[in-house]
Amino acid sequence: MADSTARSHLDRPDILAHVIIWIGIAITAFPIWVAFVASTVSNQSIAQAPMPLLPGSLGWQVYSDVLGVGGNNRTVGTPVALMMWNSFVMAMIIAVGKIVISLMSAYAIVFFRVPFRNVLFWMIFVTLMLPVEVRIIPTLKVVTDLGMLNTMAGLTIPLIASATATLLFRQFFLTIPDELVEAAKMDNAGPVKFFFDVVIPLSTTTIAALFVILFIYGWNQYLWPLLITTDQSMTTIVIGITKMIDTSGGPTDWNRVMATAILTLLPPVMVVVLLQKWFVKGLVETEK
Amino acid sequence: MADVSLTNVRKVYAGNVEAVKGVSFDIPDGGFCVLVGPSGCGKSTLLRMVAGLEAITSGECRIGARVVNEVEPADRDIAMVFQNYALYPHMSVYENMAYGLRNRGTPKDEIDRRVKEAAGILAIESFLDRKPRALSGGQRQRVAMGRAIVRKPQVFLFDEPLSNLDAKLRVQMRVEIKKLQRALGVTSIYVTHDQVEAMTLSDKLVVMSNGRVEQMGVPNEVYRKPASKFVATFIGSPPMNIAKGVVRGPGAVAVGDVVLPVSDMAADLKPGDAIEVGLRPEDLIVRGDGSLTMQVDFIEELGATQLFHGTLGGAHLVIQAASGLVPSESKTLNLAIDPAKVHLFDVGTGARRGR
Amino acid sequence: MERKVVFPGMLLPYALLAPQILIILVFFYVPAGQALWMSTLLQDPLGLSVQFVGLENFQTVLSDPAYRQTIARTMFFSVAVTVCAMVPAVLLALMADRVVRGAMPYKTILIIPYAIAPAVAGALWLFLFNPSVGVVSYYMGRLGLDWNPKIDGSHAMWLIIIASAWKQIAYNFVFFLAGLQSIPKSLIEAAQIDGASPRRRFWTIIFPLLSPTTFFLIVVNFVYAFFETFGVIHAATQGGPGKSTEIMIYKVWYDGFIAQDLGRSAAQSVILMAIVVALTVVQFRFVERKVHY
Repeated sequence: MADSTARSHLDRPDILAHVIIWIGIAITAFPIWVAFVASTVSNQSIAQAPMPLLPGSLGWQVYSDVLGVGGNNRTVGTPVALMMWNSFVMAMIIAVGKIVISLMSAYAIVFFRVPFRNVLFWMIFVTLMLPVEVRIIPTLKVVTDLGMLNTMAGLTIPLIASATATLLFRQFFLTIPDELVEAAKMDNAGPVKFFFDVVIPLSTTTIAALFVILFIYGWNQYLWPLLITTDQSMTTIVIGITKMIDTSGGPTDWNRVMATAILTLLPPVMVVVLLQKWFVKGLVETEK
Repeated sequence: MADVSLTNVRKVYAGNVEAVKGVSFDIPDGGFCVLVGPSGCGKSTLLRMVAGLEAITSGECRIGARVVNEVEPADRDIAMVFQNYALYPHMSVYENMAYGLRNRGTPKDEIDRRVKEAAGILAIESFLDRKPRALSGGQRQRVAMGRAIVRKPQVFLFDEPLSNLDAKLRVQMRVEIKKLQRALGVTSIYVTHDQVEAMTLSDKLVVMSNGRVEQMGVPNEVYRKPASKFVATFIGSPPMNIAKGVVRGPGAVAVGDVVLPVSDMAADLKPGDAIEVGLRPEDLIVRGDGSLTMQVDFIEELGATQLFHGTLGGAHLVIQAASGLVPSESKTLNLAIDPAKVHLFDVGTGARRGR
Repeated sequence: MERKVVFPGMLLPYALLAPQILIILVFFYVPAGQALWMSTLLQDPLGLSVQFVGLENFQTVLSDPAYRQTIARTMFFSVAVTVCAMVPAVLLALMADRVVRGAMPYKTILIIPYAIAPAVAGALWLFLFNPSVGVVSYYMGRLGLDWNPKIDGSHAMWLIIIASAWKQIAYNFVFFLAGLQSIPKSLIEAAQIDGASPRRRFWTIIFPLLSPTTFFLIVVNFVYAFFETFGVIHAATQGGPGKSTEIMIYKVWYDGFIAQDLGRSAAQSVILMAIVVALTVVQFRFVERKVHY
C-alpha cells in the first residue's frame, strides 16, 4: 500500500501546471491568431463586430496583394516584399557585421597583450551602457554629415557600434584552455592560423547563438530606421506596418495591416523556433 | 635524436618570484628523465622552458648541438603531451594528429603514412574519425601521445600526462609509455608529482623542491641513498620513518632507549650530537630473534602485506611486512635491521650525514 | 580575467581592433559627446543662431511640469510593465519546469513573442483593443466595460503596458526557466526529505536561488520599458490621446524631430543617459554578471 501511494504521488499528472501553461499559451497565441484570421477575411467582415475567429475565404489573396503592392493609402509604392527585403538585408548586415567585428576585436583583446589593451577594452565596454535610442539625435547628425542618410550603411553601421558581442566572445575565448594555445604553438600554428583553425570552429555555437539574437535585434529595429530612411524604397517592414495604420481617424485596411504583421513577424519567429536551442543559449549566455 | 642539457637555468617571474633557482643536468640521447617533486617545486616551469613556452630568465638550454633559448617552440623539434591532453575538440583524432604536420607542409601521403603508423603503435586505428569528446580518458591520452609521435621529434616532453586517469589506467599507461619510449628511443622528459611513476619510468630521476634539484640519479640509487630528508620522505610509499635520535658513538645512534647500529655515518659526528634517523618501513625486518622491540598500536591489512603502526623507543613508526608473519593480535614485534639501511640526516639542513 | 598564454605581436592585434574602435568612435563617442555639448546650447526657433546656455536646458526641462509628468508617467509605465511581464513569466517557468513531458513545444510557443518587433506587438494589440473593430473591446463592451484607448488616456496607457509586457514575458520566461533548471535537483530533493511543502520549497529554496536572476531581470525590464517600447507606443497610440502615453524616450524623439527643439531634446537625452548608466551600475554592483542585452 505504501508503494501504491508513493506511485500515485509521483506519477500524478500535474494538472494545475498544464492548465496554467495553457492559459499562458492562449494569451501568447491569441493576438497572433486574431491577426492571422483578420488577414484572411475582407475588411467588411472585420468591421462587422465581432469579427470571425476562424480563417475566412480570402485565403492568401491579401498576402499576395500586400507583397506585390503594399498598403492602400500612404504606403502605396512600397510593396511589402521590398520592405521585407530591406529588413532582411539590414538584419543580415547588422548580425554578420557585428559578429565579424566582435570576433576580431575580442580575439585581439584576449590572445594578445599590447599597450593600451585595457583602455581599448574599456572603451568598448562602456558602449554597453548607452543604447542607440538615448544618443539618437547626435548620431543622426553624424550620419547626416557623413552623407549616409537613406543608405544601408547609415542604417546598419551605427547599430553595429556596441560591445555586447565583443564581450560575449571575450568570455568564451577566456575559457579556451591555455594548453590548446600551447599545443598550437608546438604545431607551428601562428595567431592567424589559430584563429581560423581553432578559435572560429570552437566558436560556432556562440556565433550561431549570437546570430539568432542579432538577426532578431536587427530585423525589429524601429526608431533608428524611422529617422534614417525617408526614402520609401529604403523603408523597412516594421516601419511600413505602422505607416499602414491610419491614426488620424481615417479607414485602415486591417486585413492588409494584419497580413503585413504576420509577414513581419514570420522571419524572426522562424529563426527563434528553428534555432531555439541556440537562441536560448545565446540569450542566457550573453547575460553572464 | 639528441641529448638535452640544462646549464644553470633560472626562471624569475614578475615581482621577483624565483620559480627555478639555477638547475643544471644532462640527459643522454634516448634517456628517460623524470622530474618529480611536490606541486610548486618548479618542475613544470622547467619543462615549459625546455618546450619554449616560458622564457628562460638566465642559463642555457641545449637540445642536441643547438642552444634553443631563443628558438620558437615549433622550431625546437620537440613534442609535448599535456596534462589535459589539449586535443583540438572540433578536430577528429586523425586531424588532431595531422595538424602539426600539415602546418609544417609535410606532403599529404607522408602525413597519412605517419598518422596510420602512430595509430597502429598506439592501437587507436579504429577511432581515427572520432572527435575527442567521443573517447574515453585513456583513449584521449593515446591520441595525445600519437600527436607527439607523428612528429618524430628529437625530444618528448610529458607534463603530468597520467594524472587525469583513474588508478588502474594510470598503471597500464605507465607501462605503455615506458615500452613506447624504449621502442622509439626518443629522449624524454617527464614531469610528475607521483613518486611511483617517477621511480618506474625514469632511468634518470631528478627530485626537485623549491626550485632546486634536491637529488638526481638512477632511481634505485636515489631510493637507497637519499641525499636529504626531503628526498627520503618524498620517494617511497609508505614514506621513510624519521625519528629524532642521538649519536652514541661511531656506528651507533639511539632513538629513545633503543640503540641502532649504523654503517654509513659521517666521520665528524660526535657522541651526543642530535641527529634524525631514517628507517624505511620495509627495512625493519620482523624476526623472532630481532633485538628491537616495537609496541604495536594497530595493523593495516593490505592483502599481500601488512602495515604495523606503533612506537619504537618512543618514536612513531610504520613497518611493512608480508602478511601472515605474525598473529594479528600481537602487541609487540621483534625487529632486526641491516646497519647499512639506517639513514642519518642533519637536524638543521636535512642533508644526509653519511660517509 | 586574463589568459596566461598569449601570442606575440602588435600589428595584428591593433589591426583586428581597428574596425570596432573606429565604429564606436564615430558612431558612439562622437554622438554621445555631442549630446552632452548640444544639451548646453540654445537654438533660436528659426535655427539661425546658437548660444551656449550651460545647464539652462536642464533647468528648463526639469522644471517643466509637463516633463515632470512625463517622468512620473514613465515610472508608472516601467513599473507596470516590469510587474506584468515578470509575474506571469515566473509562474509559467515554474510550471514548465514541473512539466517534464511535452515541455519543449510549450516552451517554443511561449518564447515566440520575444521575436516579434515592439511595433508589431503594438499593432496587434491595437487591433484587439480597437474601439470599432477590436475583438477584445467588442466583448468587453458586451460585458458593459466601455473601452476606448483612442479617447481615454488610462485605457491607452494600459494598452501599451499590456502590449509591452506581452512581448517581454517571453524573455523573462527564458531566464527564469534557465535559472530554475540550474538549481540542482538534489537541493529540492533534500528539502523534500526535510519535509518542506511545495510552497515552502518555493519560498525557502527556489526563490532565494532565483533572486540573482530576478534582480537582473528587473533591471533589464526597466531598460526595456524605458527604451525599447518606443515602437509599441509609436504603432499603438502615438503618445496620445493628448500626451497620456508619452514616455521619456518618446518625448526625446518628439521634441527633437517633430518639435525641432534640439537643445531641450539633447538635455532629455542626457537625462536618459544618466538613468541608463545608473541602472547599469546598479546592475553591475549588485549582480555580478558581466554582459547582458
